[in-house]
Amino acid sequence: MSPPSLHTAGHVEAGPQDHAHDDEESHGSRKGYWVGFALSAVLTAIPFWLVMTLTLGKQATALLIMAFAAVQMVVHMIFFLHMNRRAEGGWSIMALLFTIVIVGIALSGSLWVMYHMNANMMPMQAASDMG
Amino acid sequence: MALPMTPSIPTVSPILGRFTIEALPLHEPIVVATFVAVALGGAALLGALTWFKLWGYLWKEWFTTVDHKRIGIMYMILGIVMLLRGFSDAIMMRAQQAMAFNGSEGYLNAHHYDQVFTAHGVIMIFFVAMPIVTGLMNYVVPLQIGARDVSFPFLNNFSFWMTGAGAAIVMMSLFVGEFAQTGWLAMPPLSGIGASPGVGVDYYIWSLQIAGIGTLLSGVNLIATIVKMRAPGMSMMKMPIFCWTALCTNILIVAAFPVLTAVLALLSLDRYADTAFFTNTLGGNPMMYVNLIWIWGHPEVYILILPMFGVFSEVVSTFSGKRLFGYTSMVYATLVITVLAYLVWLHHFFTMGSGASVNSFFGITTMIISIPTGAKIFNWLFTMYRGRVRFELPMMWSVAFMITFTLGGMTGVLLAVPPADFVLHNSLFLVAHFHNVIIGGVLFGAFAAINYWWPKAFGFKLNQFWGKVSFWFWVIGFYFAFMPLYVLGLMGVTRRLRTFDDPSLQIWFIIAGFGAFLVAIGIGAMLMQFYVSIRDREQLRDPTGDPWNGRTLEWSTSSPPPDYNFAFTPVIHDNDAWWDMKARGYQRPVNGYADIHMPSNTGTGMILGGLSVAFGVAMIWYVWWLAALAFVGILAVAIGHTFNYKRDFHIPATEVTAIEDARTARLVGAAA
Repeated sequence: MSPPSLHTAGHVEAGPQDHAHDDEESHGSRKGYWVGFALSAVLTAIPFWLVMTLTLGKQATALLIMAFAAVQMVVHMIFFLHMNRRAEGGWSIMALLFTIVIVGIALSGSLWVMYHMNANMMPMQAASDMG
Repeated sequence: MALPMTPSIPTVSPILGRFTIEALPLHEPIVVATFVAVALGGAALLGALTWFKLWGYLWKEWFTTVDHKRIGIMYMILGIVMLLRGFSDAIMMRAQQAMAFNGSEGYLNAHHYDQVFTAHGVIMIFFVAMPIVTGLMNYVVPLQIGARDVSFPFLNNFSFWMTGAGAAIVMMSLFVGEFAQTGWLAMPPLSGIGASPGVGVDYYIWSLQIAGIGTLLSGVNLIATIVKMRAPGMSMMKMPIFCWTALCTNILIVAAFPVLTAVLALLSLDRYADTAFFTNTLGGNPMMYVNLIWIWGHPEVYILILPMFGVFSEVVSTFSGKRLFGYTSMVYATLVITVLAYLVWLHHFFTMGSGASVNSFFGITTMIISIPTGAKIFNWLFTMYRGRVRFELPMMWSVAFMITFTLGGMTGVLLAVPPADFVLHNSLFLVAHFHNVIIGGVLFGAFAAINYWWPKAFGFKLNQFWGKVSFWFWVIGFYFAFMPLYVLGLMGVTRRLRTFDDPSLQIWFIIAGFGAFLVAIGIGAMLMQFYVSIRDREQLRDPTGDPWNGRTLEWSTSSPPPDYNFAFTPVIHDNDAWWDMKARGYQRPVNGYADIHMPSNTGTGMILGGLSVAFGVAMIWYVWWLAALAFVGILAVAIGHTFNYKRDFHIPATEVTAIEDARTARLVGAAA
């Protein structure tokens, strides 16, 4: 799609980042997609194998699955979403970092808070459940 | 326990769900009288619209518009109409609490009173403050960055109608069924199906879910607009402060609202599908709901206040005739608040039992977040210092804000100390505190903004006399209404009480009720101000487009701005772009116009909003066939719209020339 005129009211109004540069950015190559696909397949197969054979203990398996999931998210972002430091004039990476910070705060904060709540408040709960 | 988990629910009819004629509150005379009044008023309004043949005009020029300016104005109208509803709830509560002493039950029964305080909170936050904030950003941001419209004009229209759909569902609960009786955050287990089997909590859930979609999408839209559509030369650090605060607010919206959506979805699953996320039994944990909803809830208060900080920055610098003091520090203070807003949520439930380490962490972060806010207050004061301050109405509201908000901020820091919070939690001190910051911050900001940008939106200034009447009644009324609540809170009176035993407390509630009465006069005076200004618009007309000797780009175009905002995209060299242009002797180009590419109006947003109301109401009343039908309808219309290729048109250069020539003539007339 060629960019319409500068005076369009829609989303193609030229900003301070010259719009032409964004359009020239790569939307990935066939090789990139294959690499991403292969990595994703491997990163999915290993957790399946771990669960099916239960080579490691239950807890270790669970933790490893989460670790593989996290790595796979990075693979998707790089090979399928084409994230890099330059995409959209650096806004993509900024948005990603902000998201990671906020999700990190919300998850770790909730775990921390709920752990304390459980420790302090749940014995009463358990007692009333039994009664 | 012998009680069944879910009380016996009346049979659900396959046609009408759980709706029966008893659902209409015919036994509550107050509601019936209100309904009669609303029905008569509504019928009169619809009749007048038909008589004056305004339906076509409204549909073509307003309901289907994709113009950010008109959508902004519609948001503001929605916010002000809902303010009247929310305020009637407030004055009903004040009257009830002033009366219900010495064995008197007051005039509201518990079922009604609990709905009133819940509806008051929900409406004031979601359907007054949010539409006003979104409306202001919608109207002002594209003009301040020199853009033709927002990034996604249709999405903007759709967002508005989703917000409107949520408001319609809340209003419907007044006359059909009931509203939640849970308080504005609907905490389980009270909001679970066991304790609240009625439709009230479902009204709450679906109105917020539907309005939330609108809020989230408008957040995405405005971020994209600010990031991608600034005029050439406007680097981030040359943006007006209002745009900075709007950017940060929308970042907060996009990051926080999904949490609300998720937590309400889990609550709906508990209520509809018998899951046990927040139940007391089966491994559920209601404390998790409190935790999650405040992860949304605390950023929400910054979503409301940040744009108002932007408004005050623009107003103070304009009416002091000076560049804003400490622009860079203002930007960084806003960014710091944006991140810290996510680190303080637990201060809403210090007393729930997290223990000393957790409480002290969140107490300290709460105290830290007051530092950037304090820095902003000093920036505004230093902007005024040695400036030529003109005490026009927007400036009066700004000064009232600085005094009132500082007071509210200090009581907030008091509450941030966990041991103090253990004494004051859930008391009227807390109620006084958050009204102090929300009225003193968000509403005073909204009124400053309305007085400041009204001439831009409509081409004439607002009447001064009624504006001042409104100002003084609002400000004095606020202090009368809420200072007694601080006192009562310190004496240990808890919130949401319907009757009182201790007669010595009554005098404070009567003073607070008197304050609410003064605020009512303030609201009346504001409506009078609008009426008188519209009536006398020819005398108040501003032909220049720059009535306040403004500093930012919106004042460079005509008032009201043409559909395309700017005939030529401006080029920016300075923070105060328009001030800089005026200082350098800018000559407005008067020829050489080209065709302007514009987005077309579409009714799809309103149709989707209407279908969403049908879907929400059907879910509330268990009318499954209608819910399914409405949902399929939403998908069909949304997909159908993607095949609508008639999305744009060109304003021909001749028409642009005619509009701009008319402006040239007005400017010459004004100069002569």
